[in-house]
Amino acid sequence: MIRFVPRERTPVWLTIAVSIGSGLAALLLTAIPLALTGAPVFTAFVLMAQGAAGDGFALAETLTRATPLIFTGLAAAVAFRAKLWNIGAEGQLYAGALATVALGAGLIEAPPYVLVPLVLIGAAAAGAALLLVPVLFKARFGADEVVVTLLMNFIVLLFVQMMLEGPMKDEMALGWPQSAPVLDEATLPKLVTGLRLHWGLVLAVVAAVLLHVFISRTVWGFRIRAVGENARAARYAGLPVGKAMALVGILSGGLAGLAGASEVAGLKGYLTADLSPGFGYAGIVVATLANLSPLGVVPAAIFVAGVFVGADSMSRAIGISNYLADLVVAFALLSVLVGGLLTRFRIVFVRREPA
Amino acid sequence: MLEALDILLQANFWAATIRIATPLIFGVLGALLCERAGVLNLGIEGIFVAGAMSGWLAVYLGLPLWGGVLVAAATGAAFGFLHALLTVPLGLSQHVTGIGVTLLATSVSYFGYRVAFPNVATPPRIEPFPPLDVPFFGDLPFIGPILDQQSAFTVLAFICVGVLAVVLARTPLGLALRAVGDNPEAVEAQGLSVVALRMGAVMAGSALMALGGAFLTLSAFNAFYFGMINGRGWVCIALTVFASWRPGKALLGALLFGALDAYQLRIQTIAGGVVPSQIFLMLPYIFSIAALVLVARRADYPRALMKPYFKGQR
Repeated sequence: MIRFVPRERTPVWLTIAVSIGSGLAALLLTAIPLALTGAPVFTAFVLMAQGAAGDGFALAETLTRATPLIFTGLAAAVAFRAKLWNIGAEGQLYAGALATVALGAGLIEAPPYVLVPLVLIGAAAAGAALLLVPVLFKARFGADEVVVTLLMNFIVLLFVQMMLEGPMKDEMALGWPQSAPVLDEATLPKLVTGLRLHWGLVLAVVAAVLLHVFISRTVWGFRIRAVGENARAARYAGLPVGKAMALVGILSGGLAGLAGASEVAGLKGYLTADLSPGFGYAGIVVATLANLSPLGVVPAAIFVAGVFVGADSMSRAIGISNYLADLVVAFALLSVLVGGLLTRFRIVFVRREPA
Repeated sequence: MLEALDILLQANFWAATIRIATPLIFGVLGALLCERAGVLNLGIEGIFVAGAMSGWLAVYLGLPLWGGVLVAAATGAAFGFLHALLTVPLGLSQHVTGIGVTLLATSVSYFGYRVAFPNVATPPRIEPFPPLDVPFFGDLPFIGPILDQQSAFTVLAFICVGVLAVVLARTPLGLALRAVGDNPEAVEAQGLSVVALRMGAVMAGSALMALGGAFLTLSAFNAFYFGMINGRGWVCIALTVFASWRPGKALLGALLFGALDAYQLRIQTIAGGVVPSQIFLMLPYIFSIAALVLVARRADYPRALMKPYFKGQR
């Protein structure tokens, strides 16, 4: 039989080898359904790679798509570290987007150096407030946060639709309901003219670095990690568990809220009910691929974004459904989960002990 | 105001309640079976999609309706096997694995649908389960019209409630299943296999979940649509806590939820002009959260829920 023996230390080469191996496994697994459809498998993957990073334009698209994923990936990473199972980043993203439009679409007139920070803080506060509700429910009533955060996603999305058809509706817009555009003063500038890439990416990377420093170098970061590893022991040791969980809620919800602000103020310019194609859920995948490390979230988000952008372009070229992207991402998540076993345990084959 | 109460007296409303509740009954039963054995299965949302798609496709390709039901159950059990394999012997995080299974099941189903029907604007239809012609009871006033609008698939859901309740409460297998979610060490000491029991429970539970999806395509509607599951799976996870992991209460919770949903559809036509429709659509979710908060303190979670068990440790 097989036994897992915990490793004392994980060698760096193994971590890297497992990451690459998991990626290859995901591609191999995806090749099966692709081959079943009769598509040229190799060509399809080459086209995907070209579509994701074949030239400067493709790369810029991938990085643009990665921006909200970095934020939601960080949101999941910091929460999961503390074993706060926040599955509600999608709703928190929309809460941030709503705040962005509420503050940035004409309510306040101010120069950019005032309005941009105001919008970002407002969005983070909205996302944080939304997650503090289930954290409070968990602390006060013992209500499971997995279910509550999940269900809140639906409530927030319906609320967004209500606002877009009601008070926030842009009367000038034709067709689908959308909000009024955010003011120029509230817009995150483009990084390169002519490309969609915007300053949200820089903010996201800075957030990843700050979160890394916070978690690994500060007292509160230590407390969050301690609570995540063993809440009972942390409480016994006199750590302020309740405050630590509230802080995790603020950080996680706030980061997800920033994803909404960055999409509205940096990319779309206004809010629609289809702002996010599931960035909140994809953030969980990103965080897992990154092994819950804030710095690892950046490459993981770029990988996931590349898969989506590449699959889009490949599906246009050879007429294969772009749901293939979701397949690659799902396989990547599962292979990384299994691969993670190899970094945490040594697998030992032993003879079945006599009973 | 009277109109709002009048809805409750319409047979149509109660018929809709049962119809809306049916997929949830399957879903909650499936979720509670997995959780009773100690495994949280967040793959439910995707397994619903896979059941809806595979059952419908099987019937479209020529199998009889009950054949489609079996195909859906087998599909669900297959995804259940994947979730069980990752969480039981390998002991991976049940939350993240569940999300992965949802993602995989959803994308496989959507991808498969797109491959099978590349350039179809309206999904092809099948002939769904017909409404029942209930003898004797079908002729009763009020009750009759409610029963006559249901299909045999709904009857199956009610049978499953009874069977699961009896199996869990009255049989040695049920005792072992409950014990494996409460105290796996004791089960191991009895000489039973924790891994086999948990994997079996997750596979059977996932098959039930898939039937909930198949009900939508084989009975409620006659085709497969993108996004037709729309959070029903997640609602089942909430209803499981509400039901305190008991089949009878699961039935009650699903019916309550179905009634709420059927009611909001009807009240909209009365109050639609005054209150935005989204408020009504939010009600079932708000109700679920409120129910969770209210019962959470008393909730008797299976004590080993989400705790991986490795033989010989501790």
